[in-house]
Amino acid sequence: MRTIALRDALREALHEEMARDESVFVIGEDVIAHGGPYTVTQGIVDKWPDRIFETPIAEAGIVGLGVGAALAGMRPVVEIMYVDFITCAMDEVVNQAAKMRYMTGGQASVPIVIRLPCGPARLVAAQHSQIMESWFMHVPGLQVAAPSTPYDAKGLMKTAIRSPDPVAFFEYKALYVSEGGVPEEDYVIPFGKADIKREGEDATVVAIGGMVPRALEAGIALEDEGYDIEVVDPRTLAPLDMETICESVRRTGRAVVCEMDSSFAGTGAEIAAALAEQCFHDLRAPIVRVGSPHVPMPFAEELVNVTVPDAGDVSAAVRKVMA
Amino acid sequence: MTLNAELSRRIYTDMWRIRLFEEEALRQTSLGSVKGTLHTYCGEEAIAVAVCAHLRDDDYVLGTHRSHGHCLAKGAPMDRMMAELFGRATGSCRAKGGSMHIADFSRNILGANGIVAGGIGPGTGTALASRIRKSDQVSVVFFGDGAAARGPFHEGLLFGSLWKLPVVYVCENNGYQQWVPRKNVAVVDSVADMAASYAIPGVSVDGQDLEAVYDAAGVAVERARRGEGPTLIEARTYRFYGHSLGDMEEYRSREEVDDWRENRDPIKLFSAWMKERQWLGDDEDEAIQAEVKVEVARSVAYAEESPLPEPEDVLTDVLDTEWRVSA
Ligand SMILES: Cc1ncc(C[n+]2csc(CCOP(=O)(O)OP(=O)(O)O)c2C)c(N)n1
Ligand SMILES: [Mg+2]
Repeated sequence: MRTIALRDALREALHEEMARDESVFVIGEDVIAHGGPYTVTQGIVDKWPDRIFETPIAEAGIVGLGVGAALAGMRPVVEIMYVDFITCAMDEVVNQAAKMRYMTGGQASVPIVIRLPCGPARLVAAQHSQIMESWFMHVPGLQVAAPSTPYDAKGLMKTAIRSPDPVAFFEYKALYVSEGGVPEEDYVIPFGKADIKREGEDATVVAIGGMVPRALEAGIALEDEGYDIEVVDPRTLAPLDMETICESVRRTGRAVVCEMDSSFAGTGAEIAAALAEQCFHDLRAPIVRVGSPHVPMPFAEELVNVTVPDAGDVSAAVRKVMA
Repeated sequence: MTLNAELSRRIYTDMWRIRLFEEEALRQTSLGSVKGTLHTYCGEEAIAVAVCAHLRDDDYVLGTHRSHGHCLAKGAPMDRMMAELFGRATGSCRAKGGSMHIADFSRNILGANGIVAGGIGPGTGTALASRIRKSDQVSVVFFGDGAAARGPFHEGLLFGSLWKLPVVYVCENNGYQQWVPRKNVAVVDSVADMAASYAIPGVSVDGQDLEAVYDAAGVAVERARRGEGPTLIEARTYRFYGHSLGDMEEYRSREEVDDWRENRDPIKLFSAWMKERQWLGDDEDEAIQAEVKVEVARSVAYAEESPLPEPEDVLTDVLDTEWRVSA
């Protein structure tokens, strides 16, 4: 299998879906110039100049138009330059896109994909470094994807575009250039299907998005200490595949849940609570969560380093559940 | 107040302070001492200095992602700003904000802003506070031409006009919104025309012409201070460097940039304007630049000598932990 970067995998998914279905179109800021800041939409303007829209700086308008176009049968792929700016369009996401099917008694379908580049990268501080997955998980009617590898990114993006309902698609900026194997032929990854990224027997480490490579790094480091961890990547947070996660925890008896975002009221809180409900009697130690402290992202590198959890934090959590 | 020799020299000095501060920040970035990104104001200096020349210390200023100039012009100490870019504990925001969030509340500089149009609502709100407190403090909100597309621009101007708030909206129209030429994404050429929808005066001026900005800002600030309501000023300008660090600038030609730098540099233009009036001699000009270079070098030394933040600083400043409710 050839090896490509995550952003290239996403670009391929967009091109292939646009070729497959002419209702797919792209809309966002700077999406034509350079193909967006992350080059994901590069090349589209050359093939389909009428199906890519470079917009004014107007997120509420961008998402609002996307919702309307979706209601009228199109499949918009919206790029929000940084997830931080989706707050400018929260009404469109929460009140317009997410509830429409329910409020209309099933009449409406809003097949919109909202691409949300997220996470710390390049020291851009509090308004350009957030993750925010749990905000979207909490909204009924939204699906939330958070791929960690090029393979998952491409397969999940194709599913997202084909889905009849809205998807908040989280792309960790720090992973855009990370490489991995991606087949040339068409494939999709169903939502709600976790992936075991590393098999192990001693403890289950559930890792989300940007924490997956860090958990895998911890897995290697912990081998020296005699711990063999299993790393489970949920890949989508809504729907959330608790079945695979519980199955793993029943085998290992120990669970660590890792997210890059603040762990307070976060993604890991939901997973840990569900584990406590469903696997309480299989657990041989209290569940440990790994996440950042409940603070906005600071600027200085020294402060960012203590804020964002790394492989060392995952290892420390594993030692805690093994103790 | 009309421009005189002394005030002009002070304003001129401030333009150099902005230019040389930022060029040093760019150099320090290439040396690895300044990290993160920078949105430089070089080329747009006349606007901040001409507007802030009309402001009192207690007037409010709110900025954008491109606010080094606004902060320096409103009196933020350069050494603490440089220390912020260096990520030092002595920085304006104790290394928590960086370039995009520089603020100095002791000078009523309520901060740069990483969200396009993010300052417009709050800047109208500081004006509302002046109204409620019956103070004659004026608020100035700077923003780029891109901000005029966003809801907060429209909602802010509506409130400002509806309640005749003491605020001046200053749009720095540099013709680009990141990598997109304004003409590709805007339906009116002049942002000043948008004032009509909110029944406030809209003035468009050449932002490279210091005197033009100074005069327009003077009228607007006085109008606001008298309680007659807001003004929207559009200053036509140009940024000399890329949008932020690492910009390949494929969306504009080298010739266009060179032309602006050569013929429309606000510092060169104002220097010539002063010299015509015999308000500035060549010696003085050199002395001003030399003096500013010393100030910039001092700010770097201050930053370099300053301590890094402590890891536990991450947890402070989220909320006021001293505060207790008294039952
Ligand atoms: C709400 C929001 N959307 C998008 C961005 C990303 N962004 C930062 S600066 C910028 C361009 C701003 O253009 P303009 O307002 O004209 O200011 P200029 O950079 O030209 O000074 C964009 C799109 C942002 N910071 N905030
Ligand atoms: Mg602009």
